[in-house]
Amino acid sequence: MTETIDKGRRQLLTAATTLTGAVGVAFAAVPFLASWKPSARAKALGAPVEIDISKLEPGAMLKIEWRGKPVLVVRRTPEMIERIGAHDALLADPLSNASRQPEYARNPERAIRPEYLVLLGVCTHLGCLPQNRFSPGASADGVLTATWPGGFFCPCHGSKFDLSGRVFAGVPAPTNLEIPPYSFAGDSHILIGLDPAKEA
Amino acid sequence: MTSLSRFAAAVVLSFAAAANAATEGWPLQEAGTDVSNLASLQRGARNFVNYCLGCHSAKYMRFSQLAEDLALTEDDLQANLMFTGTRIYDPMVSAMSAEQGRQWFGNAPPDLSLIARSRGPDYVFTFLRSFYEDASRPTGVNNAVLPGTAMPHVLAPLQGLQRPRFETTTGADGKETQHLAGLDPGALAGDMPAAAFDSFVRDTVAFLEYISEPHKAKRQALGVWVVLFLLMFTAFAWFLYKEYWKDVK
Amino acid sequence: MADVKAAVAPGAGRLVRLGAWIDARFPMTSLWNEHVGQYYAPKNFNFWYYFGSIALFVLALQIVTGIFLTMSYKPSATEAFGSVEYIMRDVEWGWLIRYLHSTGASAFFIVVYLHMFRGLLYGSHRNPRELVWIFGVLIYLALMAEAFFGYLLPWGNMSYWGAQVIVSLFGTFPLIGDSLIEWIRGDYFISDITLNRFFALHVVALPLVLIFLVVAHILALHEVGSNNPDGIEIKKSKGADGHPLDGITFHPYYTVKDLYGLSVFLVLFAGVVFFAPEMGGLFLEAPNFEPANPLLTPEHIAPVWYFTPYYAILRAVPAFLNTQVWGVLALFAAVLLLFFVPWLDRSPVKSIRYRGPIYKAALMVFAANFIMLGYCGLKPAVSPFTKMSVVGTIIYFAFFLLMPWYSRIDRVRPEPARVTQ
Repeated sequence: MTETIDKGRRQLLTAATTLTGAVGVAFAAVPFLASWKPSARAKALGAPVEIDISKLEPGAMLKIEWRGKPVLVVRRTPEMIERIGAHDALLADPLSNASRQPEYARNPERAIRPEYLVLLGVCTHLGCLPQNRFSPGASADGVLTATWPGGFFCPCHGSKFDLSGRVFAGVPAPTNLEIPPYSFAGDSHILIGLDPAKEA
Repeated sequence: MTSLSRFAAAVVLSFAAAANAATEGWPLQEAGTDVSNLASLQRGARNFVNYCLGCHSAKYMRFSQLAEDLALTEDDLQANLMFTGTRIYDPMVSAMSAEQGRQWFGNAPPDLSLIARSRGPDYVFTFLRSFYEDASRPTGVNNAVLPGTAMPHVLAPLQGLQRPRFETTTGADGKETQHLAGLDPGALAGDMPAAAFDSFVRDTVAFLEYISEPHKAKRQALGVWVVLFLLMFTAFAWFLYKEYWKDVK
Repeated sequence: MADVKAAVAPGAGRLVRLGAWIDARFPMTSLWNEHVGQYYAPKNFNFWYYFGSIALFVLALQIVTGIFLTMSYKPSATEAFGSVEYIMRDVEWGWLIRYLHSTGASAFFIVVYLHMFRGLLYGSHRNPRELVWIFGVLIYLALMAEAFFGYLLPWGNMSYWGAQVIVSLFGTFPLIGDSLIEWIRGDYFISDITLNRFFALHVVALPLVLIFLVVAHILALHEVGSNNPDGIEIKKSKGADGHPLDGITFHPYYTVKDLYGLSVFLVLFAGVVFFAPEMGGLFLEAPNFEPANPLLTPEHIAPVWYFTPYYAILRAVPAFLNTQVWGVLALFAAVLLLFFVPWLDRSPVKSIRYRGPIYKAALMVFAANFIMLGYCGLKPAVSPFTKMSVVGTIIYFAFFLLMPWYSRIDRVRPEPARVTQ
């Protein structure tokens, strides 16, 4: 115990060992943390869903589940498409600046093709499923007035959205209904969850 | 002390050998598979889909995993390996249901995802090569490795139909018993010569070995780095230990 | 009402002040000092002394990997097998977590057996460490139960039939046997109900018991101080500062040495995990890659290797009076006998270094015999393994039951006053 302790050497060795050990622990932690990423089964269940729109009548709506959420597909009539542009002043986010949609759905119709509207049936207030109230004018239950242009009505807290899913001002919901990624596979099918292939 | 530890090591190693010992019955041939050979696995995948998937599922194996490991594109898979209507993330499930299997064969054809791990590649290899004609069976064939199997000889068009050779032995009690001694080429020849058929079966078994543990290659590759890193860490730890223990007399 | 303020030197840094704040409310520094920083351990620990800290590491590893496995595992008869394959294939890095856990289970037993052997080598079970030894045997029992319950969870064919065989052992008890096994299973056969309760025991109950027992084991050890390869009490020779002359503080000397021992262990462990996780069918058994099938028994039902010595003893005892219960009792006796070793050992010295040829021979024979019994337990119950098992069982019991006699008559050498190298 009388030899001089080489403090420098001890510090160096301790530092080297601690550093290597820390690197090892970090590498060892990676598999455990990564195991929380969606598994192949989650990816399989969350894979794009194909919907057949060949039988969808104009003015009618289809509902399909994708990633645990309801996706609404509406085949809009020309008359419904006309009704979209007339009430921008009543909307909270008419240009969809604050809302969630893919770039190709950032237009008044919020769609790739105006004829088909694809949106998530999840009210942006607290997540209820909005009802389709496509007919304009007052409703029998008095909830909608004569100026109602047609769209979606959420029964939970009264939020209103137009025929492009854009939210009206003065309702609890803050943003427009979300548009999921989607693309057309031919004219009779829509793939929910898959963006269109990039144009060359 | 060292002699004891050497003895113990020898016994432990013989444990492993003992646990692995082949059971009594038909001698198993070595499969000779090479699971690192991608071309072999790709051929095996094609063989499996064309000859096995009709009855046997591999339900724990997803096509997407095949794409990743066998260097196949989704188009390759769709063209060669996937039935219409199957999607890339779907598991390899047979069109035949378990109930149908029971009705038609008496036993539902087992799922093959893990057959190479539960029975070993040598067993599967020998099994596929050991069908022979047996008029007493409903399928017209029997198998030397699994006598009484309900499986028909799916590969008969390739191998032909083998003929059994029986031998009579007299037991200690004077009773004579007949047992299967070998399999000879039969009258019905197959499309493939023997070596090509063996190669075909070998590829298929290699594929079954691969699907029984798809991440095996990655595991072994990573293991090299992990062990090297740990050896380096051990060196550091050793020097640190020796340095501090200079204090201790 | 004045606040209690921790006493800190003026100008002390933030970390020191934080430490003082904690110490005024929680025995952080005093616990550290008592058990690590100022815990004086004998300076002559050798190779056999690595296994305690390695066992602690493996316990932590099993708990962490076990938690992550439980995140994806489904404890139902219909889903369990599939969920293990889900972990092996679909969960990112699931295969690694699974292999760490399965290899860890076997590693735990290898380490624990070596750790127990050290005890018999150096007399670590002797006065005043009887309670350390008893807690240790309790840990061993809890570990065996933990491994047994855990092995049913993959719901493979060997899982099912192994559980079937072991549970039916309890049916050999007269009068209560049948009700007992029905109570254990919760059903008329090994079923989903049995699986679910074994899951609860394996994941929650026994880990808590194990953690408690390990803490008790270490506390009991620290209360009297560690033994050493010479088997002498270092507290008998204290220096002027009141510390044992042959003692060194656990930190930094044994933290640094155990770190080295742990890293050697990790090299070997990683070698198995990445290159031979099945270990020729010993760590992961081939029949277990088939789902549980009540209608198809595997060719050889053998328990996992760490139980096979006791399995050999079980099978070695004949069925007197038409009941197998004697084999079951022999199995229990074989394990429970361990509790009595502190009182069976009558030698005036602790360590094998100062014992005579009788104990040395007895211990070597016992160890070789234990391995031989394990080998027989793996094999089917045919000749010559049946005869070897009978001989092995007699040797096993003789080691313990004759110990009061041979440990006393053995020629001993004088123990040194101070430790040697």
